[in-house]
Amino acid sequence: MTRSISPWMLLCCLLLLAGCGSSAGTWGWYVINPSTAQGQSNIRFLIGGFGATILLSLIAAGLSMLIGLLVALPGMSSNKWIRLPSRIYIEFVRAIPLLPMLFWVFYGLPVVMRSFGMPVTIDAFWGAIITLAISDSAFTAEIYRAGIQSIPKGQTEAARTVGLSYTQTMRYVVLPQAIRRILPPLANQFIYIVKMSAFASVIGMQELTRRANELVVTEYRPLEIYTLLILEYLVLVLIISFFVRWLERKMDADESR
Amino acid sequence: MSAERVIEISSLNKSFGDFQVLTDVNLTVSLGERIVVCGPSGSGKSTLIRCVNGLEQFDSGRIVVDGISLAEPGGVDRVRAEVGMVFQQFNLFPHLTVLENLTLGPMKSRGLSRTDANALAMMYLERVRIPEQAEKRPRELSGGQQQRVAIARSLCMKPKIMLFDEPTSALDPEMISEVLDVMVELAEEGMTMLVVTHEMGFARKVADRMVFMDGGEIVETGTPATVFEAPKSERFRAFLDKILQH
Repeated sequence: MTRSISPWMLLCCLLLLAGCGSSAGTWGWYVINPSTAQGQSNIRFLIGGFGATILLSLIAAGLSMLIGLLVALPGMSSNKWIRLPSRIYIEFVRAIPLLPMLFWVFYGLPVVMRSFGMPVTIDAFWGAIITLAISDSAFTAEIYRAGIQSIPKGQTEAARTVGLSYTQTMRYVVLPQAIRRILPPLANQFIYIVKMSAFASVIGMQELTRRANELVVTEYRPLEIYTLLILEYLVLVLIISFFVRWLERKMDADESR
Repeated sequence: MSAERVIEISSLNKSFGDFQVLTDVNLTVSLGERIVVCGPSGSGKSTLIRCVNGLEQFDSGRIVVDGISLAEPGGVDRVRAEVGMVFQQFNLFPHLTVLENLTLGPMKSRGLSRTDANALAMMYLERVRIPEQAEKRPRELSGGQQQRVAIARSLCMKPKIMLFDEPTSALDPEMISEVLDVMVELAEEGMTMLVVTHEMGFARKVADRMVFMDGGEIVETGTPATVFEAPKSERFRAFLDKILQH
């Protein structure tokens, strides 16, 4: 934790010093100076994007974890015809870059839906969520698979011999043990989603990046505004890492209870 | 004696790829019978008993357990309800307490209430003589204790037949007897048992019939008294010489 903060702190201090030291230079911190009314309203506008970024990431990550599990489970079947759709899904989804997929979902999917007689409109928020969730689910599926396959086969066999069904075996025996190995990589994926949510700005979603872009257009101070934007993401990611570590420690404690 | 046949294995064949693990295996087990299966490693003995409760699939042949064919739809699940199994590596659930290990099956698959399941579990923990370990995690127990928990866990499902797959092979020598004692008691109570083991003392004491396997085939069967005195096949004689030396 401290290791990851200190270089950033150093960088921030340097940037601030650079800004304060040479008022005649290229830095213009006044745009986000909290002691002026203009700076305050700019900052309020920028951090107003937190809600959307967080909500977007949380829903997308939740859906991705759900889809990922539904894709991963048949992917571990001993029957290759059950395995196949899961494999295809993972390979296919993993191959699509996020931005083209976002465009396809936002501009293309409503057209497809209409042609099937479902006149839906997809707004920027849900367009971004669908894209992030699907795109990420290929990776979460692989994380689940690795975690579940790391549990010895004897566990499943023992569960089946005491009469548990497949679902019960997963629910009560395999997943509770796999979760410890799944959680850290899953948290990394969540961090990835938070960062990738910035793409939602290109379809007009009012999240952190979109707001920064809009402010840059009116204020024309890209360096300062984007610096703050990066710091906003940094704070968000650090909070997530902190939470995950706390969760891991708690699970360790529970296990050695 | 026309005892009820509880396991009928006929013309069983199985291969892993090119390797033939079981070749034309035939074996019938009557209710209450105790059978010890022995043989060198790789002889197919574990695979054979794992076929009985559907943990391994077979290529051809037929297995009928208590009148239920493994091949019929839902057969595997119904057979598993009748058959308990104890593994070489215990396979206890490490994230659950000993008591929870025992109650999981009865509660989830037989729908017992927690109170009833706990009472059942404590009864069997007492039978394997470790009721005081109920609240511990499996890894806090010795190997012998873990295996006794595993036996109790199987018994909680009230099986008609118990399968043992080298139950003492992963144990330190001083813990083997505490597990075998429990198995002997189980045998004395009339449980139908199919045991893969190298413990010849145990075989002599409880087995009604010995089955010697080598190279995926049943080479010889007979009562312990006859096979230990005079094994018919050279392969069995050589095997016995090797394991009885020590």
